[in-house]
Amino acid sequence: MSGNERVDVLIIGSGASGAAVAWSLAETRMRILCLEQGDWMKSTDFPTNGRDWEARRYSDFDIFPNRRGRDTDYPVNDDNSPMKVANFNGVGGGTVIYTAHWPRMHPSDFKVKSLDGVADDWPIDYWALERFYDENDRMMGVSGLAGDPGVPPHHPPMPPIPLGKTGTHYAKAMNKLGWHWWPSDTTIATTPYEGRAQCINLGHCTPGCAQGAKASTDITYWPLALRAGVELRTRCRVREITTNEHGMAAGAIYYDADGREHFQAAEVVIVACNGVGTPRLLLNSASARFPNGLANSSGLVGRNLMLHPWPMISGYVEETLDGGRAPITNLWSKQFYETDASRGFVRGYTLQFNRGMGPANQAMTSASAGQLPWGRDHHRVYREMFEHRVGIGVACDDLPEESNRVTLDPVLKDSNGIPAPRIDYAISENTRQMMEHGIARAEEILIAAGAKRLYCSRTALNSPGHLLGTARMGTDPERSVVNEWGRCHDVKNLFIVDGSVFVTGGGVNPTSTIQAVALYIADQMKQRLANLFD
Amino acid sequence: MDSTADAPLSAAETRNLGDIAGTMIPADAALGVPGADDPVILDDIVKSLGRDLPLVRAALAAIDFTGLDRDRREAVINDYYASGAAAARALGRVILGAYYRDDRVLLALRQEARAPFPKGYTLEQGDWSLLDAVRDRPPLWRDDRKELAK
Repeated sequence: MSGNERVDVLIIGSGASGAAVAWSLAETRMRILCLEQGDWMKSTDFPTNGRDWEARRYSDFDIFPNRRGRDTDYPVNDDNSPMKVANFNGVGGGTVIYTAHWPRMHPSDFKVKSLDGVADDWPIDYWALERFYDENDRMMGVSGLAGDPGVPPHHPPMPPIPLGKTGTHYAKAMNKLGWHWWPSDTTIATTPYEGRAQCINLGHCTPGCAQGAKASTDITYWPLALRAGVELRTRCRVREITTNEHGMAAGAIYYDADGREHFQAAEVVIVACNGVGTPRLLLNSASARFPNGLANSSGLVGRNLMLHPWPMISGYVEETLDGGRAPITNLWSKQFYETDASRGFVRGYTLQFNRGMGPANQAMTSASAGQLPWGRDHHRVYREMFEHRVGIGVACDDLPEESNRVTLDPVLKDSNGIPAPRIDYAISENTRQMMEHGIARAEEILIAAGAKRLYCSRTALNSPGHLLGTARMGTDPERSVVNEWGRCHDVKNLFIVDGSVFVTGGGVNPTSTIQAVALYIADQMKQRLANLFD
Repeated sequence: MDSTADAPLSAAETRNLGDIAGTMIPADAALGVPGADDPVILDDIVKSLGRDLPLVRAALAAIDFTGLDRDRREAVINDYYASGAAAARALGRVILGAYYRDDRVLLALRQEARAPFPKGYTLEQGDWSLLDAVRDRPPLWRDDRKELAK
């Protein structure tokens, strides 16, 4: 095993949270190193550069690692889950392959126990995070429209993505029903922004933006962090975090691209590997002193996994709409976000209104739904669908359940022989009722929009598996893994900053909140540098 | 899966794939589109199999058109695809992926036959006046500070 010079701060993972923390801590002038198991991405490699752009969504740019199967990926046993894990391993992590939808969690999401009597409150609230949400919006570059009565006031720095034909069609239906809608916040640049080019409607945002208009941390936080002196080392896959005789984190053992083993010593270790990668790493770091996994005296490492069930309801209208020639992100509705006891469940959901798809994806999706026949009728039906599609996603709040968890698979390993994660996940009864309510409302909207051929996919093709909750935050060491500022209760120089620390997940895409929390934790660390380990 | 699963398709398998692809997506002279058994498209399908090759090979082995007329062939394909088998889905995916990027097919759909980047597309603003009905509504979100202070 080769040695490396000790660093002050070792960050494991360069995605949404790791990048934000690296940038924030850089001003301390500490020696900071980030280890990333993937590569830097090149915009010339993204699918929209080539004629095979749609097919690559199902191969080397699939959001599911098991299908993507890059050598920088690790396998996940998700056989015992109706939803699959979405991630990406490379500089920027999941932000490389997210859809750039940018809602914040609501204030009520942080206080579900106090307000609705379910799950647990976060030890912090929306208002503690508000300035970090704002800071992150500036750093990532958010497009949107201020004044939305559905969410707390905020001011996106760029104007919203145009409504287009599709958004106008939805808007008329929503106004007919009298329900809330608003243009979605998104991290797709609608104007030139901090060196990024503006969106030119490539229309295939999820698997990477060749234009560079979609914010991913490899083009937002990382250039600034590197300029400030942070070191980022790619193709370094961490096997375990080691501890010393005092029970403090000593550093990490990792494999380089050639499979050589290294030890990296550090004064502080920050884990930013997402809600599956982080518990996997902690469980793989078991030792005589920490036999159940590192930082796991509570037994909660890996538990309370939240994946955000996301039914997708689609239909087809007579009018020709935008198709796939624009960002899929369009509008949102918060009409059913907050708890209404009369609905039979607590908490709620965001409705997300999508644009259509490219020619091949339209065919694949409608064939998969059983709506596009094979044979002589294929062309007629296809022409009634292509560029006529409307689709609404139901982003459900997925309350934590201890039985939903990440463990180590006893058999499956990655290419370095490191035990792979196993997912056991079931959709709770509250969430099921919420899903059905949302599906019924989405169908009402689509009918109001004049759509026919309605189809519901309860766990949709390419629906996200957001990765949250598996190293939750709290003040009680018996009921949480990290404290209210991200430090592990059990190991005082070990921090977790990714979606693992979420106590609840809200009914929104989580990246905005993941990064706001990461910036908040970094700020707390900076305020406590003199007594960080007390 | 046996060791031959990853070998390139044989000439007989490619012919079989062409028969199946042409049944799934036939040419339509009125629309001016080729079938998926068109030589250029079939070549693209074969070149695109990649990681789906073993599944597509399994699909080819599962579909038998022997002695069937066109109606029966279409019924066999639709039934097989509706089974949801991974091999059936992979077969559909590679055929559709190649077919709907062919220049002739795209032009018949009034699409430009090119990659999205670098030219991109234009998106109209739409009717923002529709938002006037929403702008002045009271807040929908719950303010925890007010509720918990009660």
